[in-house]
Amino acid sequence: MSHYEAPIREPLVLGDKSYHDITEDIAKPIEGVANKNWYIAFYISLAATLWGFGCIFYTIGTGIGVWGLNKNIGWAWDITNFVWWVGIGHAGTLISAVLLLFRQKWRMAINRSAEAMTIFAVFQAGLFPLIHMGRPWNGYWVLPMPNQFGSLWVNFNSPLLWDVFAISTYLSVSLVFWWTGLLPDFAMIRDRAVKPFQKKIYALLSFGWSGRAKDWQRFEEVSLVLAGLATPLVLSVHTIVSMDFATSINPGWHSTIFPPYFVAGAIFSGFAMVQTLLGIMRKVTNLEDYITRMHIEYMNIVIILTGGIVAVAYATEFFIAWYTGSPYENYTYLSVGAATGPYAWAFWSLILFNIITPQLLWIKKFRRSFVITFIISIAINIGMWFERFDIIAIVLSKGHLPSTWWRFEPTFVDVGIFVGTIGFFGVLFLLYARTFPVIAQAEVKTILKSSGEFYKKRREQGIPTKPAINVAGTTDKSNKE
Amino acid sequence: MESSKVIHAFYNDDEVLMDAVKAVKAEHLHIEEVFCPFPVHGLDKAMGLAPTRLAITAFLYGITGLAFAIWMTNYMMIQDWPQDIGGKPNFSWWANMPAFVPIMFELTVFFAAHLMVITFYMRSRLWPFKEAENPDPRTTDDHFLMEIPVNNNEAKIIDLLASTGAVEINVVDKH
Repeated sequence: MSHYEAPIREPLVLGDKSYHDITEDIAKPIEGVANKNWYIAFYISLAATLWGFGCIFYTIGTGIGVWGLNKNIGWAWDITNFVWWVGIGHAGTLISAVLLLFRQKWRMAINRSAEAMTIFAVFQAGLFPLIHMGRPWNGYWVLPMPNQFGSLWVNFNSPLLWDVFAISTYLSVSLVFWWTGLLPDFAMIRDRAVKPFQKKIYALLSFGWSGRAKDWQRFEEVSLVLAGLATPLVLSVHTIVSMDFATSINPGWHSTIFPPYFVAGAIFSGFAMVQTLLGIMRKVTNLEDYITRMHIEYMNIVIILTGGIVAVAYATEFFIAWYTGSPYENYTYLSVGAATGPYAWAFWSLILFNIITPQLLWIKKFRRSFVITFIISIAINIGMWFERFDIIAIVLSKGHLPSTWWRFEPTFVDVGIFVGTIGFFGVLFLLYARTFPVIAQAEVKTILKSSGEFYKKRREQGIPTKPAINVAGTTDKSNKE
Repeated sequence: MESSKVIHAFYNDDEVLMDAVKAVKAEHLHIEEVFCPFPVHGLDKAMGLAPTRLAITAFLYGITGLAFAIWMTNYMMIQDWPQDIGGKPNFSWWANMPAFVPIMFELTVFFAAHLMVITFYMRSRLWPFKEAENPDPRTTDDHFLMEIPVNNNEAKIIDLLASTGAVEINVVDKH
């Protein structure tokens, strides 16, 4: 388009691409067949999923006692994993909604996959509130439905009920946001499909999208309004998750900093997971021209920012614990609680993986390196798991009464379910990468002329992006060679 | 004066299309439809399309969601079973209001988002088994199609479109 873009900006689409090239590149993984590596990854994920589901059925059949929980530590791996997965999901909405509000063009190549990650991560998260119930078959009692018990309602004071509303709203809104964005891309696949079955499937998925001017006008407004709704939603969801802890009376949990601190941590861990996934995906789907070094660098900058907020929050927690003069707070944070107690290893891995390792990203060479980014992103994923584990298990292990002090040891079922959710996430993501357009082609096409390498170079040479029209009524072929 | 014939003009560049739309508009010809593979910014203005009111509907749906949440929490917690749960005040909705804020917020967003999306799907006639109506499959890839109805002025329109840089011009019968 004719928009002015500063020459200082690096190109977002590399190479000499036309609109049709974008279509080809994005349709290729869907129209081709899966290679051996895909099947290997898929079967490993599937095996982990089945193992995880086995552990879930074992838990439900036998009882929660098969987990490592005890009468003092009633939450450990279950809620740790829940918060971890919800946190991972947040980057997807951040990329698609917040960056849309800020008109960040670099989001376009990564938003589809980030949203897929959100949805699959929230699926995993959603399992834990169900399976950690003692009587999951009564799970539907959390819904305020008229019933035969004289219409016995739920208690709207509980953050666990707020969680139900928050997670279900978050999942469903993310899903329609993602799906609406997919319509033009499914339509593109539908119109290219040669196999009749494939054409039928994508015709069904694309809801008959035809790309009329009016449709696009509405589409853009819907995207903008949904982004405006999803932004406070994403902040509220992790806020509500954090209130599971912050509204309690446990020293170490009862803290007003939790809502923003959890949200920052969610963005931090979510972006790390996007980096992990995209680092692999750009290679295996040959989309290196779209997910460029610059996308990786920009995400790393967001990681440094949110990692910094998390680090400040840790420091604040420790300062306030000392400053309150509350012996319980003091004990949790400063005495044998976190840093020197039996979970010192968990605490120090948190400091190492979350606070120290990401600081390497201040170095430009590191944050532009795919390998180092990949390693750091995995470190952050581990570190953020420990953050949630530390908050939950360390605090519960040393409560107000010394006679209730206890330790937590996970059992193979705790671990198995977590491994199962990672596998299930992998299964969904691998299937997604083979059947869905992993880059929002309709969006990337809108920035090709303003931010494509080819057009940027031409503009520098003073050649307009608009092809000259000759009298015969055809476009100037010099535009493309 | 429904014409049975339409002209399909194909373009392969969004900026050329924009100029063509303006040129056709300047001749006071009616543009039946433009099909694009991606949103061309400013196209709706150039075509003279009215702005969409979906944002307004979202606002109204949001208010509905908020009202529903207030009614629900008040009815269930204060009117129907005003129980003492952990010492939370139950004698008026306002006294316990802070605990209802998360629910009110989530339901506002839920109603606004979903009902607006459903409105969009209904207004734009999109649903799972809907047949696609773009006349040419290239319009979801890299071509832009302008559809102009013909009223005994076929040659004139074709001349005009040819001068605007159309890469292909077809006259088709529209049933």
